[in-house]
Amino acid sequence: MYAALWRVLPGPWWVRVLILIVVFAAITVALIMWVFPWFDQFVAPQDVTVGNQQ
Amino acid sequence: MAQGRDDHGGIEDLFPDDAGAETSPEGSAARSDADPAATVASTDRRRRPAKKRRLSVVGVAGELLITAGVLVLMFLGWQLWLDDQLSAPRLKNEATGLSQQWDKDAQKPTAAPSQPASDISQNPPVQTAPKNAERFALLAIPRFGTDFYRPIAEGVSVSQVLNKYEVGHYPSTQMPGDIGNFVIASHRSAYGGALHRIHELEVGDHIFIETQDGWYQYSFRNLEYVKPTGVGVLDPVPQQDGVAATQRLLTLTTCNPFYSTAERIIGYSVFDKFTPRADGPPKEIAATVNGGS
Repeated sequence: MYAALWRVLPGPWWVRVLILIVVFAAITVALIMWVFPWFDQFVAPQDVTVGNQQ
Repeated sequence: MAQGRDDHGGIEDLFPDDAGAETSPEGSAARSDADPAATVASTDRRRRPAKKRRLSVVGVAGELLITAGVLVLMFLGWQLWLDDQLSAPRLKNEATGLSQQWDKDAQKPTAAPSQPASDISQNPPVQTAPKNAERFALLAIPRFGTDFYRPIAEGVSVSQVLNKYEVGHYPSTQMPGDIGNFVIASHRSAYGGALHRIHELEVGDHIFIETQDGWYQYSFRNLEYVKPTGVGVLDPVPQQDGVAATQRLLTLTTCNPFYSTAERIIGYSVFDKFTPRADGPPKEIAATVNGGS
């Protein structure tokens, strides 16, 4: 999968590395801004109160 | 470098110019034994299985699993650390906005009861309890830094208050400045992690609760560790059920240890004095209250 991705990228190796770094950074920002906050609702809520207050 | 590329098989064809420049003893020995035609044939043979490997279900599944693992680790890093760092300035701005709104409201003639200053300092006004999930107070703790400024909302529902990055007030407990116990809860980490550093509080550290009326200053006294069922900390006199309160207390509750819900860590504070909004913020938190504008 990733080998195939490497093959379809254009240019010499350093251009490919540069493209991958930019793509990875963009994906990370998208995860932090939208995906993680959205996914958070599916994580079992932790009760931090005393007595079962929820 | 050449040896490293050789190990990956399929990547070699990305560097056609390098193919003849093998320096490893293995590679040069193999080449010198074979005639040029055989070398081409062997290269072709090496490429075909590499292409098959790229398409293999197991290979793709493995890469997807590794990707999923990295995503889970990134999510945990975000939830337990990065998100708290990113949300702290946002929450401080919201707290500052609320404080400035209260400043404006106080300038209207109807606000602020006219009591003698000496009296109000020790007999502070007490608000009536707000609606669920409504922000009614702000928390400032100089020990946590001048940037620490968080809204407090009514209720301790995990889904409606605490997971919305709020510090929550136990509705069964008293309001700030009232005789008895004003108890608030927060996450230790994640969702703002307001009380992350509760264990760093030292005896005498000031904790400020700001409302529309002004600033209630409390002094930190001690920590206690209880089980999640330890509702005694909510009593007007903590751990003494049915005893009538004479003191004004502030109690912080959160999780202990870090990243666990096995125990609760409780921080008790006693009331010092009240500063009306008209007098401006106490010096100790002036930078916190005024700094964010």
